[in-house]
Amino acid sequence: MDILAQQILNGLVLGSIYAVVALGYTMVYGILELINFAHGEVTMMGAMVAISVIGLGLAAGLPALPLIVLAMLAAIAACMLLGLGIERFAYRPLRRAPRLAPLITAIGMSILLQNIAMMIWGKQYIPFPPVFPQGEHRILGAHVTDVQIIILITTVLLMLALTLLVKHTRLGRAMRAIAQSQPVAQLMGVNVNAVVAATFAIGSALAAVAGVLVAANYGQAQYYMGFLLGLKAFSAAVLGGIGNIAGAMLGGLLLGLIESLGAGYIGQLTGGFLGSNYQDVFAFFVLILVLVFRPSGLLGERVVERA
Amino acid sequence: MSLLAVEQLRVAYGRIRAVQGLDLRVDEGEAVCLIGANGAGKTTTLKALAGLLPAQGAIQFDGHRLGGRPAHEIARLGLTLVPEGRGIFPRMTVLENLQMGAYARRDRHAVKDDLEQVFSLLPRLAERKTQKAGLFSGGEQQMLALGRALMSQPRLLMLDEPSMGLAPVMVQTVFGIIGQIIARGVSLLLVEQNARLALKVCQRGYVLEHGAATLSGPATELAADPAVQAAYLGEV
Repeated sequence: MDILAQQILNGLVLGSIYAVVALGYTMVYGILELINFAHGEVTMMGAMVAISVIGLGLAAGLPALPLIVLAMLAAIAACMLLGLGIERFAYRPLRRAPRLAPLITAIGMSILLQNIAMMIWGKQYIPFPPVFPQGEHRILGAHVTDVQIIILITTVLLMLALTLLVKHTRLGRAMRAIAQSQPVAQLMGVNVNAVVAATFAIGSALAAVAGVLVAANYGQAQYYMGFLLGLKAFSAAVLGGIGNIAGAMLGGLLLGLIESLGAGYIGQLTGGFLGSNYQDVFAFFVLILVLVFRPSGLLGERVVERA
Repeated sequence: MSLLAVEQLRVAYGRIRAVQGLDLRVDEGEAVCLIGANGAGKTTTLKALAGLLPAQGAIQFDGHRLGGRPAHEIARLGLTLVPEGRGIFPRMTVLENLQMGAYARRDRHAVKDDLEQVFSLLPRLAERKTQKAGLFSGGEQQMLALGRALMSQPRLLMLDEPSMGLAPVMVQTVFGIIGQIIARGVSLLLVEQNARLALKVCQRGYVLEHGAATLSGPATELAADPAVQAAYLGEV
C-alpha cells in the first residue's frame, strides 16, 4: 500500500514536469506543425542558468528565498530569449520549406545547444545547490519532499495560467486562429510572425521553470539531461494528442504515472527478470502503442499526418 | 478620389498568369461586382488585394499604397475579405469567431456596440453564440463570416462567392443580408458566380475574361447588355 502511494506520488511529480514541457511541444506543433526537438535542450538550459545564478548568489551571500526567485527569473528570461532566437534564426527562414527541412534543423539545433552547454558547464553532472526547502513529510503513507510539493503546486498553477491564456485572451484566440487557418487569421489582422514568436517565448518560459524544478528535485543537472526529458515530454504530447493543450497535460500526467508504476512493479511482474532501471522503456512503449493504435492521441480530434 | 483604385493588376501562379492588367475602382459607399466565368481571375483578384498573393501593379486604398504589404496590415487598414468557402474558425464558438473579426480593434466599447448590431442583423447567431461554428450549415457559416467581417468595421468589404454551395432559399437569405449591409453604407466589392443576383444588389459591375475586364458599367446596363445576357445570365 505504501509502495503504491509512493509510486503514484512520484508519478504525479514526474508527470507534471512532463506535462509542462509537453505544452511547449504541443503549442508549437499546433500552430506550425513543427516538432521543435530543441525544446528539451531549452529545459536543460533553464536548469544550467539557474545553477549558475544560484552559485553566484550564494557567493554573494544572498538568502535562499530571493535567490530562488532570482534564479527562476533568470532562467525564464534566458530561455525566452533562446526560444525567440531559435524560432527567428532556425525555423522562420524555413517556414515555407518542405516539412523535412525544419525537422532536421530542429535536431541540429538540439545537438548544437547540447554542445554549447557542454562547453560552458562541462560534461559532468553539476550539483544543484540546496537552496530549496529540504523538509520531508509522510502523506497517506508516501514519503514527500518539500521540493515535490513545490513542483506539484507550481506546475498546476502554470497549467491553469496557460489554459486561461489560450482560452480567454486575445493572444490565445490568435494562437488558436492560426492553428485553424493561417491565411484567415491574417485576414483578421493577426500578425502571424509576432504570435508565433510569442508562442515560442511562452513555451520556453514553461520549459525554464520545468528545468529548474527537475534539477532541484534530482539535486543535479547535466548538458545531456534535456534529451531524454524532451523525448519523454514529446511522447506525452503525442499520447494526449499533439496540438491539443489539454491533451499535453493529460498525456504528461499519465506518462509519469505509467512510468513510475511500471518501474515500481516491473520487478514483481517479470519475476525479477527486469528491474526498475527499465523505467525509460515505458514512455517509448506507450509512444509506440499510441502511434499504432491511436495516432491522433487520446484527445486528438483528427489524424494530423499529411504529405 | 476612389476608395480603392487598382491599375494594371497582374497576378501569376508560377508561369500561369491568372490576372493580367486589370483596372478597377470602387468609390466610397459604392457596391461593385466582378462577374465572369470560372477561372476568369475573380478570386485571384480579391486574394491579391487582400495581400494573400503577391501581385504587381498599383493598388491604392484609402490613401495607402498596398503593394507588398503583408495581409495582416492590409486587414488593419479596413480592407476586409470574406474568403471563398467562408473561412470560419470551426473549433471556435460563434462569439469567438466574431471576436476574431474585431481582433485588430482597440475600442472595446464600440466593439461591444457592434456585436449587438451584428446580433440584431443576424439573430440566428445570437441564439447560437456559444456553439462551435464547425457544426453550422453552409448558410449559417456564411452569415457568421459576414458578421465577423462587419466586426472589423470594414472600410471596404470584399465578398468572394457568398452564394457558393448554398441551397437556393439560403442564397436568397444571404443576399438579403448583403443588401442590408449595402443599405448601411458599407462599401462593397463582390465576386459572384450568380451574375443575376450580383447585378441586382450592386450599382456597378465589371465583366472579367482571362484575367482582364472586358466590360464595365452600371449594373442595370450590364444586365441589359445582350452579350452579358447570353454569356452570364443564361438568356438567349
